[in-house]
Amino acid sequence: MSADFSSPSSSRTRCEYSGAFGCCSALSAAKKLYLKRNVIAALKRCATQILCTLAPPLLLLSGAHAQVTFDRLVNSAKEPQNWMTYSGDYSGKRFSALDQINLTNARTLTAKWVYQTAATGKLETTPLVVDGILYATAQDDRAFALDARTGRPIWMYQRQVPSDIRPCCGHVNRGLAILGDKVFLGTLDAHVVALDAKTGNVIWDIVAADYRTGYSFTVAPLAVKNLIVIGVSGGEYGVRGFIDAYDAATGARKWRFYTVPGPGEPGNNTWEGDSWKVGGAPAWNTGTYDPVTNQIFWPTGNPAPSNRGEGRAGDNLYSNSLLALDADAGKLNWYFQFTKHDEHDWDATQVPILIDTPGESGGKHLIAQANRNGFFYLLDRTTGKLISSTAYGKQTWSDTKDAEGRPIANQNASPTLAGHTVCPGALGATNFMAPTYDPQTNLFYLTARDQCDIFSTAPQPYEAGHAFYGSAYFPSEEAEPYLGFLKAIDPLTGEVKQKFQHASPTWSGVLSTAGGLIFSGDAEGNFIAFDALSLKPLWHFQMGGAVYAAPIAFAVDGKEYVAIAAGSAVYAFGLP
Amino acid sequence: MFKPWSTLLAFVLVAVSAWAADDRNPLAGDPKAAKAGEYEFRINCALCHGLGARGGGRGPDLTRAQKKHATTDADLFQVISNGIPGTAMPANGTNGQGVGMTDEEIWQIVTYIRSQEVRAPVNASGNAEHGRILFYGDANCSFCHMVEGKGGRFGPDLTGVGGSRAREAIIDSVRNPSRRLAWGLTEATKEFPQEYESVTVVTADGKKISGVTLNEDSFTVQVMDRGEHIYLLDKNQLRSFTKSRESAMPKYDTDVLSDSDLDDIVAFLVRVGVK
Repeated sequence: MSADFSSPSSSRTRCEYSGAFGCCSALSAAKKLYLKRNVIAALKRCATQILCTLAPPLLLLSGAHAQVTFDRLVNSAKEPQNWMTYSGDYSGKRFSALDQINLTNARTLTAKWVYQTAATGKLETTPLVVDGILYATAQDDRAFALDARTGRPIWMYQRQVPSDIRPCCGHVNRGLAILGDKVFLGTLDAHVVALDAKTGNVIWDIVAADYRTGYSFTVAPLAVKNLIVIGVSGGEYGVRGFIDAYDAATGARKWRFYTVPGPGEPGNNTWEGDSWKVGGAPAWNTGTYDPVTNQIFWPTGNPAPSNRGEGRAGDNLYSNSLLALDADAGKLNWYFQFTKHDEHDWDATQVPILIDTPGESGGKHLIAQANRNGFFYLLDRTTGKLISSTAYGKQTWSDTKDAEGRPIANQNASPTLAGHTVCPGALGATNFMAPTYDPQTNLFYLTARDQCDIFSTAPQPYEAGHAFYGSAYFPSEEAEPYLGFLKAIDPLTGEVKQKFQHASPTWSGVLSTAGGLIFSGDAEGNFIAFDALSLKPLWHFQMGGAVYAAPIAFAVDGKEYVAIAAGSAVYAFGLP
Repeated sequence: MFKPWSTLLAFVLVAVSAWAADDRNPLAGDPKAAKAGEYEFRINCALCHGLGARGGGRGPDLTRAQKKHATTDADLFQVISNGIPGTAMPANGTNGQGVGMTDEEIWQIVTYIRSQEVRAPVNASGNAEHGRILFYGDANCSFCHMVEGKGGRFGPDLTGVGGSRAREAIIDSVRNPSRRLAWGLTEATKEFPQEYESVTVVTADGKKISGVTLNEDSFTVQVMDRGEHIYLLDKNQLRSFTKSRESAMPKYDTDVLSDSDLDDIVAFLVRVGVK
């Protein structure tokens, strides 16, 4: 089969390609003539999307598939040349079985292409690659498809984002989901959009929530069966968090799971008074899926206000929890709350990785998360019971554990009006940086940070769409600089087996490959290949911009590539 | 001539843009707004400007009546909204950390800042002219520090420091230079800048270099020594590489520099810095 870009479409504005996102020919012509009215008219015509199609140089992809079926996603291990979900597979391992780039030749890696997005701010995207085409996103809800061999664009989409959106932490997006012949984007104005994978044309566009009250999407959705599963952002605005599932074909909502239970629902009594209404518990990072049990494992974020517990006495379920949801109905099977009644903004939104151990009667079915609160948790994913919790970095908030083995907060850990130093700081011991589990070394790798902050309360009334932190934080008075690490943890014991100290803390995710390599980036703009056992750097490349994204590996025409976003660009590397 | 439609239009325009288009602060002097602004300030501004707006090691003291980049309330509104190009002051909502503020919240912060202002001139306690003579003379500051194009390069340029740092922070940096190192080079997308860390390296051929880091990543380091030579070094080519949190700046005790002389130097730096 071939990838076919030539089929015309009568229902959309077709724009001639003329460079990154400035691509409407009508608009360009109007600009040249300085005709304001024409510019406005052209802008209107291109307003809903700026769509560019290359005059087809028509790459024929031998063996390429037109459709990404659920079956292909379940069996992604059979096609290691592709990277079809946020974490590379449903288990969240972010492991590539490709080994052409390996310990013996990583030193010879070279840049193959760079794609400039023309966006400014942080690029947090994880690209997808299917059959030679790379799909990724950039700030302000740009999405684009590239020839994965060359970085040359096939199409681009840029949403006309309302000027009054106020997402928490930059106009970021962490990537797309792909299913069938569509890619799916969650937008900063809280829409879910399906784009034609071949053209970038909008197939459907639905409103999930009112962005004016603080809702937004920054997460890469997850395609499961015929559903697009997506979690909402807005924990800084006192939203009531939720996880939604939409019919991939039509955009019809199939289920919604509110991460804060309403009156009469189990868990509502963990909120004081009406505080559940503005309880937060967003779900802004991509979860994982177990096809065997048809369960989605989705992590949730902070209760709101994030750093002030007054007024929301109780555990505040299901904030900072891992939820096991039935994929078809969105019904809760079990939950595990990592930080009860959180007052330090320690979202538990880190990717939970499914790990199976060999053994009698099929071995153990586990799920592991390196949490923002500084502890590494291992759970039984059948029951949600905690197996172990172990500190993997600097923490001062918990010296004791409850009967289940869960770390519990010290009496004096709460923020105060005058300010009180707690480790980890507000950014956490880790954050959204995607971790990896390498089945060859049986180690869990993550980006970690040692930093303490002074937490101070700042009472704030709730007002829809307004910031609702109830707090402030400052760098601690300690003279120590903040430290950043790549750490390798044995998930069965929680022990840190190996670490590499970065020059400063980084926001990069981590990739493992069958070539015996770990890839990650740093705040100074380096992309680095490490020996997976020693964590010694083998190779690095200076990309000229800080890394906030996570790497992937893919192959086209039998050649392996490793790709990552940095600064305002996407980079691909390969062997000479 | 009476033009009912244009009057109505003007009224509508004023109504929709009640917060943003105002040249004057609609909340000026409102104690409730000042209180709300105090909390907004803690959340959005205090990281650099300190609790109570008194400044710190990263941002200026905003309790000074005279501000470098803003005079009127409208100026303050603009500075908070749009940031100050070429400085660490970000535009509202763009620092990647917090949420952006509404126009109303920005006006609350302006109201709060005004409520904290101390009208007395800050340099009243020092003799700026004597401070200038000391800076370029007996106190040896200019051996390492430049002010208005004159002086050394080994330490941070102090031309703007009087406008961008609290008085207490400047005094602390002189009396206890190692307590908190100066914030050095910044990178637009990097939240925590490199600092003026002290470093000693031994090169492959045995040469020892001591100085401050201008920049550093995991693989390279840029060092300036006291002779203002810049060395561009690959870490894996070095015999040794040692960093220290002990500042290269000598500690100025009161027996080296009296409180009154230090006051004069600070007065000089403030005079230059707030220009």
